Amino acid sequence: MNSFSYNKAHDVAEAVADIQEHEGARFIAGGTNLLDLMKENVMKPAHLTDINRLDLADIKENEEGGLTLGALVTNADTAWNERVEQRYPLLSKAILAGASPQLRNMATNGGNLFQRTRCYYFYDTATACNKREPGSGCSAINGINRIHAILGTSEHCIATHPSDMCVALAALDAKVNVTGPNGDRTVEFGDFHRLPGNTPHLDNNISQGELVTSIDLPPSNFTKNVFYLKVRDRQSYAFALVSVAAALDLEGDVIKDIRVAMGGVAHKPWRRREVEESYIGKVASTENFRALAETMLTGAVGFGGNTFKIELAKRAIVRALNEALKSGENL
Amino acid sequence: MKTQYIGKPVSRVDGLAKVTGSAKYSADFKVEGMLYGYIVSGSIAKGRIISIDTSGAMSLKGVLQVFTHENVSGLPWFSIKYKDMDAPTGSPFRPLHDDKIIYSGQPVALVVAETFELARYAASLVHVSYQEEDFTTDLVKNMDQSYKAPVGKLGYVSPKSRGNADEAFDQAAFKMSGSYQHGAEHHNPMELFSTTAIWENGKLTVYDKTQGVSNCQFYIGNVFGLAYKDVRIISPYVGGAFGSGLRPQYQLFMAVLAALELKRPVKVGLTRQQMFTFGHRPVTLQQLQLSASTDGSLESIKHEAFSETSRFENYTEIIVNWSGTMYNCDNVKLKYELVGLDMYTPVDMRAPGAVTGAHAIESAMDELAYELKMDPLIFRLKNYADEDQTEEKPFSSKELIACYREGAEKFGWTKRSIGPRSMREGNQLIGWGVATAAWDAFQAPARAKALLSIDGKLIVSSGTSDIGTGTYTIMTQIAAESLGLKIEDVTFKLGDTNMPLAPLEGGSWTAASVGAAVKGVCEDVKKKLKKMAVKTKTSPFYDTSSKDIVFDSGIISDVNDSSKSISIVDLMRIAGVNSIEETSTSGPNPINKMKYTFNSHAAVFAEVKVDEDLGIVRVTRVVCAVAAGKILNPKTARSQILGGVVWGISKALEEESKMDHQYGRFMNHNLSEYHVPVNKDINDIEVIFVEEKDDIVNPLGVKGVGEIGIIGVAGAIANAVFHATGVRVRNLPITMDKVLQIAEDDKNQVAV
Ligand SMILES: Cc1cc2nc3c(=O)[nH]c(=O)nc-3n(C[C@H](O)[C@H](O)[C@H](O)COP(=O)(O)OP(=O)(O)OC[C@H]3O[C@@H](n4cnc5c(N)ncnc54)[C@H](O)[C@@H]3O)c2cc1C
Ligand code: SF4
Repeated sequence: MNSFSYNKAHDVAEAVADIQEHEGARFIAGGTNLLDLMKENVMKPAHLTDINRLDLADIKENEEGGLTLGALVTNADTAWNERVEQRYPLLSKAILAGASPQLRNMATNGGNLFQRTRCYYFYDTATACNKREPGSGCSAINGINRIHAILGTSEHCIATHPSDMCVALAALDAKVNVTGPNGDRTVEFGDFHRLPGNTPHLDNNISQGELVTSIDLPPSNFTKNVFYLKVRDRQSYAFALVSVAAALDLEGDVIKDIRVAMGGVAHKPWRRREVEESYIGKVASTENFRALAETMLTGAVGFGGNTFKIELAKRAIVRALNEALKSGENL
Repeated sequence: MKTQYIGKPVSRVDGLAKVTGSAKYSADFKVEGMLYGYIVSGSIAKGRIISIDTSGAMSLKGVLQVFTHENVSGLPWFSIKYKDMDAPTGSPFRPLHDDKIIYSGQPVALVVAETFELARYAASLVHVSYQEEDFTTDLVKNMDQSYKAPVGKLGYVSPKSRGNADEAFDQAAFKMSGSYQHGAEHHNPMELFSTTAIWENGKLTVYDKTQGVSNCQFYIGNVFGLAYKDVRIISPYVGGAFGSGLRPQYQLFMAVLAALELKRPVKVGLTRQQMFTFGHRPVTLQQLQLSASTDGSLESIKHEAFSETSRFENYTEIIVNWSGTMYNCDNVKLKYELVGLDMYTPVDMRAPGAVTGAHAIESAMDELAYELKMDPLIFRLKNYADEDQTEEKPFSSKELIACYREGAEKFGWTKRSIGPRSMREGNQLIGWGVATAAWDAFQAPARAKALLSIDGKLIVSSGTSDIGTGTYTIMTQIAAESLGLKIEDVTFKLGDTNMPLAPLEGGSWTAASVGAAVKGVCEDVKKKLKKMAVKTKTSPFYDTSSKDIVFDSGIISDVNDSSKSISIVDLMRIAGVNSIEETSTSGPNPINKMKYTFNSHAAVFAEVKVDEDLGIVRVTRVVCAVAAGKILNPKTARSQILGGVVWGISKALEEESKMDHQYGRFMNHNLSEYHVPVNKDINDIEVIFVEEKDDIVNPLGVKGVGEIGIIGVAGAIANAVFHATGVRVRNLPITMDKVLQIAEDDKNQVAV
C-alpha cells in the first residue's frame, strides 16, 4: 500500500473541490473495493476524499414518481428498504445475490457502480494487464479466462463488470446523477459503463473529479413477474459467471413489456432494448424465451475457458424468464 | 473405576480461551521494541535476479534493513543443512541464498521497519530486475519427463504389484478404463503464517505457527548454526494448518535472520497471496483400468499416477498403493511417477495421496459396477478385502462392513434406482453415490511429562501441537482417566520445545502417539502413588497389596472395601511429598506392526441434486460412517469428520488453485476467487462411528480421525453426479461447465 493524504469532506461542494485540488485523488465510500486494490498496489491514489459524511444517504420519492437512491445508502439498506422491495423487487434480489451481508453493510450504491473487474491479472501486479497498465498486454486472452466476457470484448481486454446491482439497474432504466467541477448532469444507465475497445483502462464515462450523488429509478410496472438468476460456482459469496435480471409485464400470457439484462458476460451490464421490443405482443413461452436468448447472444465469442458461458447464458435467460413468469414464487 | 472421560463428548478445554480471544496465536505475541518484516515476492518463474534496488525503501525513516541475497551471508552453503524432518529427498529451498529464481512467488527480499505499515509500503518500493529463463509448469505437457518416485520421504512406501494384471485385463469379461485429473490445491488455513523471533543473551525464542515445534528447532539450529538448546520454539495455538505447517515455512527463516542480525525482536507474517507460494497438493493424472468376471469378482486392477513436484525436491505421497489393499484382487499393477516442474515443492495436505487415489479408484469401481449392471455397494461387498493382500497380513481390525451397513441404512440406499437419470425433482436431477475410504493408523514414539502437585492438580505436557483438532481436550481426558482425577484438576500443555519431544502433528497419529505417552506417564505416577500408599505408615493401605487399590476422582480406595480410602492430596501430605514428577516414552509395538496392517476405514454416501439445464451441482446429503477404533471424544471426533466431509465437498465441486502456465504462477490467490464452500453449500451431514474394538493397534485402541473423513467424499459425489446425470466427470473439481459438457477443450468426460 502507498502512503496517501486524506480528507473527510463535509458536503458535496467540498468533496468535488477537494478531489480537484489533489492530483491522483479518489473518493472513498465503503472502501470495500478501493482498499483491497490499494493493499495489492493495483490502485495507488495519492489522496483520498472521504465522502461518508455527505448528506447522500437517503432514499426519496422523485418527481417522476419513482425512487431516488442516495449514493451513500448502503447496499444492505437499499435491498431491505420496504419501498424498494415492493416497487423494485428485481433490484432487491440482485443486490442480495451479491457479496456477503458484511460487505453489503459497508458497500454503498455509489461505490457499487465503480467497483472494478475481478480479472485475476488485474489484481496481480506481476502480470500484464491493459486495464491496470495500458499497453502492457492482456494476459487473460490466452490465460485463465473462465470468468471473462463473451460479449463486447476487444483484443485489448476481455474483463467483465462484476456487479449484480448494476444488472438490475440496467434492466430498470435507472439514471445516475453526477456532480462535477462543471456542475450537475444525469447519465442514462446504459451510457454509464463502457466497453473496453482500445481504452480498457476506462471502466465508465465518469471523469475522476465527478461525484455520483444519487441514482434515479423511474416508476416501474415490473413488480410481480421478476427474477434475478445468478449462476456461480458456489451458492453464495461468488461473482456471477452469468447473471440475468428478467422482468415481465404481462397481460394474460402476452408480453406487454419485457426486460432482460445480463451480468458476468461483458464489460458492462448487457442489455438490448431492440431485442426486448421485438417480443412485445408475443406470448410468454419457453420457445419465445429461447429465441430471444439466441438473439441476445449474437456475436458472442469465447476464449476457451469461458466458451461454455455462451450456451449457459442462453439457458440462464430462459430459466430466469420462466421463473419470472411463475411470479418468482421460489425466489 | 468410576471416573470416566474417555469416550465422552467432553467440550473443548480450550474453547473458552478461543472464543474470548485470550488464546494467543503466533501473530498475537507482541514484544517490546519489536520490528516488523514484510516479504517481497518474486514475479517470475525462473531466471536470475540482475539487481535489486532497495534505495527507495532504505531512504524511508524507520526502515532498518532490506535483506536480500546480496547482503545475507554466513549461512551454510550445503543445502542439507536446510533439511527438515518432513523434507522429501532432494535439496531444499534456501531463502535469499543466491540470485537464482526457481519458482514464481519466491521470496526475494525482506524489508524490516518500525511498523508493519511502513514495512509494507517500503516493500512496494523495492525494485527487482530479472533475467528470465524458459520454464514449464504444466504436468500434462511434460508427461514424457516422468521418473520413478524415489523413496526417502517420511512415511512413503513404493507401490507393490502382484499377479499378472495385463493378462487378466485382456481376458476379462467386463472392464473399464478411465483417466482422472486433479487440480492443485492450497491449504489456506484461516490463520496466516507468522513468526516472532527474539534474540536475547545468546538465546533465541520463537513464536511460530507450526505443526511441529521440534522440527522448527532442528531447522533453525542447523541453518543458523545455533545449539538446539539455545533455540526455543513456542506454538500454543494453531489456527488450522492441514499439513502446511509440517515443514518450516520461509517466514520463520526470515524472522530469525532479521532478529539475529538486527538484535531486536522481529515479527514476519505472510499475506494471503503469499500463502500460495510454499507448497500445495500437487496436480495429478491417474489412469485406472479394472476388470471383473461375470459374477462381479475383480480380476485385475491397473493404477498409474503421475504427480508434479519441484525441480529441487521429490515430493511423494501414497496414491496408488491403496489400489492394492482396498479390494480383494489377485492381479494388481501399480505405478507412481513424478514430473519435475518449475514450481515450489508440493507439501502434505490433509490425507495426502489417499484423497487423490481414492477418488480415482472409487470412481473406477463405480464405472465397472455400471458395466456389470450391479449395485455399486454390492459390488464393493463382493470384493471386500478381509486381509491386506499387499503385505499378506491381517488387519488389526476392520469394521468396514459395519460402515457400509450402518451408512446404507441411515442413507436409505436400498431405495436407490440403479439407472442414471432415473431420479428427479422438477428440473433437478437426483443422484446417489457411494465410496470407500481407508487411511493408515500410525503411531510414532512420543514423550510426555506429568507433574502432580500437593494440591491434587496434574499438569501433563508434551511438545505436540493442536491444530484445532482437539489435542488439548483428548489429552486432558486421557490423563484424567488414567490417573483417576477430576478433569478440572488436569491441565495439558503443548507446543513448546522445552517440553518432552513429540512427533510432528500430522497423519492422524497424534491421538495414538501422544495419547499413549500421556497414558503411560500417568500410569507411572499412579504406580508411585500406590507404592506410597502401601509404604506410608499412617496410610490406610499400609502394608496391604497394591493390587486392590483403585483411583477415582482424586480418591484412592480399596476395590473390595470402599470405606478404606484416602485422597491423593492427603496421601501426599502424610507421606511428606510435595510433588511427583515423571517423564516417559511410548512407541509402537514392533511385533504387532510386523504382524498386522493398521487401517481406519469409512463408507461415504452422498446425494446430489444437479440442475438439468445449468449443470449446477449441490450436495444435499452426506452420510459418513467411520471405523476408527476407539473414539476418545465423539464430539471433537465428529467435528473432525464434519470438517473432512466439508473439505471433500470442496474438493469435489469447488476447490482449485489455478496456475497460469504463461507465468508459471497461481492466479486465484485470494479467498474471493479460491473457492471453498460457504455455509449455503453445506446441507445435511451425518456422522456415524461404528463400534470397532482393537487391542492390537496401540494401548488406547485409537486410530485417529483427522484424515479419514475427507478421503471418500469426492468419489461418492462424483459417482452421485454420474447417477444423476449420466455424465462421468473425471476431472476435479466438477464444475457446471464440465457437467454440461460444453467446455470445448475438456475431452475428459463421456456421456452415457
Ligand atoms: C469479497 C467480495 C465479494 C464481492 N461480491 C460481490 C458480488 O457478488 N456482487 C457484487 O455486485 N459486488 C460484489 N462485491 C463488490 C462490492 O459490491 C463493492 O466492493 C462495493 O459495492 C463497493 O462499494 P464501496 O462503497 O465499498 O466502494 P469503495 O471501495 O469505497 O469505492 C469503490 C470505487 O468507487 C469510487 N466511488 C465510491 N463512491 C463514489 C461516488 N459516490 N462517486 C464517485 N465515485 C465513487 C471510489 O473512488 C472507488 O474508486 C464484492 C466485494 C468483495 C470484497
Ligand atoms: S481482461 Fe482486461 S483486466 Fe483482465 S488482463 Fe486483460 S486487460 Fe487486464
